[in-house]
Amino acid sequence: MEKFTTLTGVAAPLSIKNIDTDMIIPKQFLKTIKRSGLGKHLFDEMRYNDDGSEREDFVLNKPAYRKASILVGGENFGCGSSREHAPWAILDFGIRCVIAPSFADIFYNNCFKNGILPIRLPREDVDKLMADAERGANATVTIDLDKQQITGPDGGVIAFDIDPFRKHCLMNGLDDIGLTLEKAAKIDAFEEKRKLTQPWL
Amino acid sequence: MANDTAKPKTLFEKIWDNHLVEVQQDGTCLIYIDRHLVHEVTSPQAFEGLRTAKRAVRHADMTLAVADHNVPTTDRSKGIENEESRIQIEALESNIKDFGVPYFGMDDIRQGVVHIVGPEQGFTLPGMTIVCGDSHTATHGAFGSLAFGIGTSEVEHVLATQTLLQSPPRTMRVNVTGALPAGVTAKDLVLALIGQIGTAGGTGCVIEYAGEAIRALSMEGRMTVCNMSIEAGARAGLIAPDQKTFDYIMGRPMAPKAGAWEQAVAYWKTLPSDDGATYDEEVTLDASALVPQVTWGTSPENVLPITATVPDPASAATDAQKAAWTRSLEYMDLKPGTPLDGVKIDRVFIGSCTNGRIEDLRAAAAVAKGRKVAAGVGAMVVPGSGLVKEQAEEEGLDRIFIEAGFEWREPGCSMCLAMNADRLEPGERCASTSNRNFEGRQGRGGRTHLVGPEMAAAAAVTGTLTDVRKLMG
Ligand code: SF4
Repeated sequence: MEKFTTLTGVAAPLSIKNIDTDMIIPKQFLKTIKRSGLGKHLFDEMRYNDDGSEREDFVLNKPAYRKASILVGGENFGCGSSREHAPWAILDFGIRCVIAPSFADIFYNNCFKNGILPIRLPREDVDKLMADAERGANATVTIDLDKQQITGPDGGVIAFDIDPFRKHCLMNGLDDIGLTLEKAAKIDAFEEKRKLTQPWL
Repeated sequence: MANDTAKPKTLFEKIWDNHLVEVQQDGTCLIYIDRHLVHEVTSPQAFEGLRTAKRAVRHADMTLAVADHNVPTTDRSKGIENEESRIQIEALESNIKDFGVPYFGMDDIRQGVVHIVGPEQGFTLPGMTIVCGDSHTATHGAFGSLAFGIGTSEVEHVLATQTLLQSPPRTMRVNVTGALPAGVTAKDLVLALIGQIGTAGGTGCVIEYAGEAIRALSMEGRMTVCNMSIEAGARAGLIAPDQKTFDYIMGRPMAPKAGAWEQAVAYWKTLPSDDGATYDEEVTLDASALVPQVTWGTSPENVLPITATVPDPASAATDAQKAAWTRSLEYMDLKPGTPLDGVKIDRVFIGSCTNGRIEDLRAAAAVAKGRKVAAGVGAMVVPGSGLVKEQAEEEGLDRIFIEAGFEWREPGCSMCLAMNADRLEPGERCASTSNRNFEGRQGRGGRTHLVGPEMAAAAAVTGTLTDVRKLMG
């Protein structure tokens, strides 16, 4: 997993509540058996017309946002299914940070597993960043994970919270499975005890 | 076990504490996973990850794989026409062989929607931790097991380690008082709850459903309620096990046998929340005041009694809500003020892990019996598993549906998410017993109204969204 330390880039505004995983990546693209290549289908139904041509009015199709690396969204971002295809598509498009007032749990979790930083902020802060994002390509935003700070285009700074363990893993690009396998002795001991107390399992 | 004190515990706390392998300094917990269900859509990249890192599956015997999302619900002897769907199922089949995971294939009578199969086989038991790369894993919480959906990276983590890193969730108790009136079902109950607390109402929480209305539900009804916990934003739903739970499990193929059964039941009886246990949040719902529910928009929280009219965005509480409602109504092609009862529909889907069990089919058949599907309506019944289908056929439900003009299909997820050939055409309106009414969920441009099985059958025979109570004798 790629490390996340600082990120400076264009933020795309997507002011919709309850952006669900079906919107982020519709089911017809879940048939892949790979992680990569989903970026072109990110927000497919909002992004393309029935004939496959781009919809000019969709934010990621506007010249200013084609290279966006940050997404600012509405409440309950990522609700719906557990499909990790949603963060895969976001990452493959080139977005490494999603900012919203609230996230659905599984999506929030899935972001960290893929080197994407989801930032939860109070509504007023998101509104401010949304307004900044509306200004397009010249309005870049900088995220500093170590300092837990977002710097807006006008130099204003917004602090954010993040779980220390997740921050540590993200900043060092750590693989959870490797970390857990180091605890094999504890898992073995747990299983021994479980055999005695719940033998029917 | 960590945290063992005299303090009264909730059902959730008992299961959680019993599965702690380690608590890190920062509070992150490594929890043990008793059961892992696997399906073809969210697993290929996980197996690929194991292969690349040269890792094995730690406990193939605690894992069960089934193909459900992509399978055709028509004659399967010809195989799968869609190439990508076929490849995904072939990938699952080669993965389960390489890693030694038990599997119910497409021709196995036990095949079906993963969340129907687990309980049916006795794979799901009280007090367990159960995961699956699928958000509706919450269904299994009906047995008093902590069951939740995970992403593919976590699927890989569980396959490799039989554990999962989790931060402790918050707890919410939903007390459902009173008794459900005639014609009102478990589906209406959970839809009404989502309407009340919203799709983010349970975010970060495990919900325990309690109260007399919950105790009165059958196991099937309890599964319907827990299934939609995720639509309320919760990580999981739980219902304390009781005699109904034990009766349902006894004798199932993977359930404990003989002496082990007594021992297991004795343990399961210790699971219900202690008197005086506290929750982070409490919500109350009066079951006796409910009427059949139907969704009108593109989020499960856009739900109203069938007796209501389509709401006006002008009356929304916030600007964000107003924008969301406007967008929904445009997508759904509905005008504010239109009575929901009487909205014309094109299709009906009865099935899914929410309402694809035998009791659901019985309930729908009772409404369909002696009636005909309205002209111009395409109605489909998709049993949740091969065993549900077999039982329904033994009871003659298939004949009732077929005589009424419904299609009787093979088991799978089908038009719940339209990954196989079953889908809505753009603009088609469907009364569906599934769990999500998102834009495009049942097919691009399709319009979904979520309802219970009786209401779906009523819509099929009248051709419109209909208050099923009017059809009941
Ligand atoms: S029936 Fe629908 S909700 Fe249930 S597992 Fe299948 S696709 Fe998911």
